[in-house]
Amino acid sequence: MAVLTFEDFKPGHFGTFGPRHVTREEILAFAAEFDPQPMHLDEAAAKASMLGGLAGSGWHLCSILMRMMFDGFIGHTASMGSPGVNELRWLAPLRPGDDLTLDIEVEEARVSKSRPETGIVTFKGVVRNAAGVALCEMVSPIIVRRRADAAA
Amino acid sequence: MHFFEELEIGARREVGSFTFTAELIKKFAAQFDPQVFHLDEEAGRKSLFGGLAASGWHVGSVCMKLLVADGQRQIDEAAARGEEIAIWGPSPGFRELRWIRPVLAGDTISFASVIESKRLSDKRPEWGIVQARNSGSNQRGEPVFSLLATAFVPRRNAG
Repeated sequence: MAVLTFEDFKPGHFGTFGPRHVTREEILAFAAEFDPQPMHLDEAAAKASMLGGLAGSGWHLCSILMRMMFDGFIGHTASMGSPGVNELRWLAPLRPGDDLTLDIEVEEARVSKSRPETGIVTFKGVVRNAAGVALCEMVSPIIVRRRADAAA
Repeated sequence: MHFFEELEIGARREVGSFTFTAELIKKFAAQFDPQVFHLDEEAGRKSLFGGLAASGWHVGSVCMKLLVADGQRQIDEAAARGEEIAIWGPSPGFRELRWIRPVLAGDTISFASVIESKRLSDKRPEWGIVQARNSGSNQRGEPVFSLLATAFVPRRNAG
C-alpha cells in the first residue's frame, strides 16, 4: 500500500472507517486496568449512574478511536506522532456490543515552520454507533512528513 | 472524594507515579496504537521521540488510572471517618491535551491534578461542573503531559 504523505491530506471529508465491534469483555478488561469506576464495571452501579447502564471508559473509546485511525490510514501514513488534542468531547455512552464507525475530516493542513520537511494535519474525528449516534468527537493535529520532492 | 462545595480553585493533589516499562508500552501499543515507534526500540530511536515511546493514549489512560485510585483512597478515608461519600459523575470531555515530551521506556511519570474552575450545572441542579488541569512529569521533573479535564461533581445536600 502506498504511503500517504502530507500532500494527500486536503481539507474536507477524508474517509469513513470501521465498523469496529466492541465486546463487553473488552470494556470490562480496559476498565479494570485503567478506569475501575463502578459505572464502567458494575451493571447495577452503572444503571444508577448518569450513564444509565454499563458504559465503556472514555479513555477506552479514545484508544479504540486511535486504533480505528491506525487501521484506517495512520498505519500507512508517514505519521511522526501528535503534539496533542485540541478538544475531545464524550457525547454518549459506549455500550457493550456497539459497532463503531469513524468519520474523519481534515480541518486544516499546513506546512510546519519549524520543520519544513513536515506538515501539520488537523483532523476532526467523530465516532458513531450503529444507530448513527455520535459517541465522541475529537480534534487533533498530527505531524506528517512531506513528499521527498516537496520544496524545502 | 470531595463534594462540589469543598473543592477550592488552585487546590493541588499529587495522584501517584507510574513506571512505563518497555513491556507495558508495547502491550498497550499492540492493542490500540501499533505505530512502529511505540512497538520497536530501534524504530523509536530513529523517530522524533528518540526511543521506544509510550502511546499518548497510554499516558492519558494511566493518568486516569491513578486519578481513580487516588479517588478511591479518598473515598475509603471518608468512609473510615464515617463521612458522607461523594461519588463523582462522568466527564463530558477535555481540552488542551498536550503530549509535551515523549514518555520513553523506563520513565517514571508522577501525575498531579489542580482545580482550575467550578460552576453549577444549568441542566442538572444536583451537580456541579469542575475543570481540573491534570499533568504528568518525568523523573527529571520535566513536564510530559497535560490536559484540562471536565467532570460532573455531586453537590452536598443535593435533591
